[in-house]
Amino acid sequence: MAGVAASPAPPTAVVRPPRERISSWPLADRAFYALCWISGLALCAIALWIVLYMLVKGIAYLKPSLLTKSPVSGSIEQTSNGGFLDPIEGTLLVTAVGTLIAAPLGVAIATWLTEYARPSWLARAVDSAIEMLAGVPSIVLALFGLIFFSQGFLGFLSQPAASGSLGQSFLDAGAVMSLIALPLVLAATREGLEALPPRMREASFALGKTRATTSRYVLLPAIKPSIAAGVVLGMGRIVGDTAIITILLGGSAQLTEPVGHTPVFGLLRGTGSTLTSYVYYNSPAGEGNAHEKAYAAAFVLLLMVLALNALVTRITSDRPGLAGRAFEILRFGTARA
Amino acid sequence: MTGGDPKSLLKGGGAAGDRRAELMLGALGALVLVLIGAMVVTVAVKAWPSFRYNGLGWFGPGAEVDTELRAMRESAPLKGHGLLYFSAWPLIWGTIVTTLAAVVLALVVSTFAAIFLTEFAPPQMRRTLDPVIRLLAGVPSVIYGLIGILAIAPWVDQHLLSDARKKSVNYVVQLNGENLTTGTLILTVMILPIMVAITARALESVPPSWREGSVALGVNRWRTIRRVSLRTVWPAVAAGTVLATARALGEAVMLAMVAGSTPFAANPLDGITFLFEPVRPLAATIFQESEGLTIGPLSHTIYAMGAVLLLSAAMLSLAGWAVKQMLVRQGIRP
Repeated sequence: MAGVAASPAPPTAVVRPPRERISSWPLADRAFYALCWISGLALCAIALWIVLYMLVKGIAYLKPSLLTKSPVSGSIEQTSNGGFLDPIEGTLLVTAVGTLIAAPLGVAIATWLTEYARPSWLARAVDSAIEMLAGVPSIVLALFGLIFFSQGFLGFLSQPAASGSLGQSFLDAGAVMSLIALPLVLAATREGLEALPPRMREASFALGKTRATTSRYVLLPAIKPSIAAGVVLGMGRIVGDTAIITILLGGSAQLTEPVGHTPVFGLLRGTGSTLTSYVYYNSPAGEGNAHEKAYAAAFVLLLMVLALNALVTRITSDRPGLAGRAFEILRFGTARA
Repeated sequence: MTGGDPKSLLKGGGAAGDRRAELMLGALGALVLVLIGAMVVTVAVKAWPSFRYNGLGWFGPGAEVDTELRAMRESAPLKGHGLLYFSAWPLIWGTIVTTLAAVVLALVVSTFAAIFLTEFAPPQMRRTLDPVIRLLAGVPSVIYGLIGILAIAPWVDQHLLSDARKKSVNYVVQLNGENLTTGTLILTVMILPIMVAITARALESVPPSWREGSVALGVNRWRTIRRVSLRTVWPAVAAGTVLATARALGEAVMLAMVAGSTPFAANPLDGITFLFEPVRPLAATIFQESEGLTIGPLSHTIYAMGAVLLLSAAMLSLAGWAVKQMLVRQGIRP
């Protein structure tokens, strides 16, 4: 009997307090609660309105012929004739050039910063420089790019001009664009590398592998989704930038004749336009002022951005950790703060 | 896990290869550092003639900005002044007003929205809000500008601006739908996603036991959030604000399209009319004058505006660093 008495009492049901009711809060608190709901719903409403508005305008004004015709010159004919085939090609060219520079550079620097980082003062300096780069307005980067690429010895990237070189071409614009994508690729890669469990490095080192081999064959392959997410986000930023295009790609809507004789390189040395500069040119603020075309081109541009957004979601959703952990960091690049 | 290829175990060089890789990667890092240094130096050098000619007057008020810019474009100096004569106050004022107003507005809305996202939103809503924030962050500024100039500005012109108000200041400046309010509101929407995302992330990282302690003492959920969570995450909110300020400061295209694009120093003493006066910030001015970059004096002036923006970006970066130190000291790693 004594044994039974000593045994612990059966667990009683936990008594939960009645669920807290918002209606029991003081008036001021309820007002703030309402403000929270209003703010959240307002964000949804704005996003929904933007998408619906662009969808309605896009469907109304987008004709298949716009996608297959080149723009015509002269602002009066421009409003009634021609399409935006060249700007679409221009967007693809600039994005390709920018991504091809930013992706390897970002991955390389991120690897150096996380795996080597010696000497430490240099690593700290590079880290702060990249952080500052992420905060520099793209228009200031464009101003710098124009001086940089106007130097005579970089003339092979654009066309020769009276003093030095023109400084305007797809290659020049793409190179400056890579600077706005770089912080995103870098942050994503770093975030990925830092999140890897230490045992991966330890196992590789234990096999006698060097850091270079470990990074190349073990670490980087393991964080492919992170890198891909960073690269796609960088592409999204390049696709949407107008300031750099206006300054480093010049004003002509059409692609220019290839410069020189090398097939692809000649085209890239030329100038042209992208969807963003085409939208600006055709908006009431620009010289073309044909708002049907501006809406149609903006719709195509928005579709591209949405597609890139969806791609990021797909890449990150395969890896639950990635999506939950670092999306905002990836999105804004600088958010390592 | 990838890299299942057994041959990969045999790949890779020895210590020499590792050393070589380290040097190469380090050189790339140094290259970016040099490039950014070169940017600061080049922009400063190119801007110097404008600052040297105008001295501190560069930042002050003077003749009409557009008259000064036209004088440079046409190489016909204003009476009593050289070609480089420039006074940027209306542009600087425009930058300060739009940035400050948008950041303050966004700070309030984003705090509420972030609390909603992390605390009050039903799970269904939470799943919708995530893509919504990503979408708002991803829309290019030229699309914001297009919607602003073709949909929002005409609406503001028709419904918020009375003819009497337009007439009252007609002798100084023309009022229409493209004005300070329109520009600032769209700018707020553009910087909101950054701030919501960072604040929400920080709120999620507040240790649950801290809030549970407060709730257990009988404090209601809202007051717990205000007294415990918000106090804990304020450095993160500050960090988000710094990032958003940088973005607002550099926004050129959208503001060039919808803020009126008149270099007018909107005067707060005008009362409500102030809200409808046009402005043109520094970045928007650079964007609109970019065709003049081949003209000597004008290009010096444009680079001077760029230098001011660059300096502000550097200061913000420094402020962000200071906030980060505070976060580290608090032991929060957002």
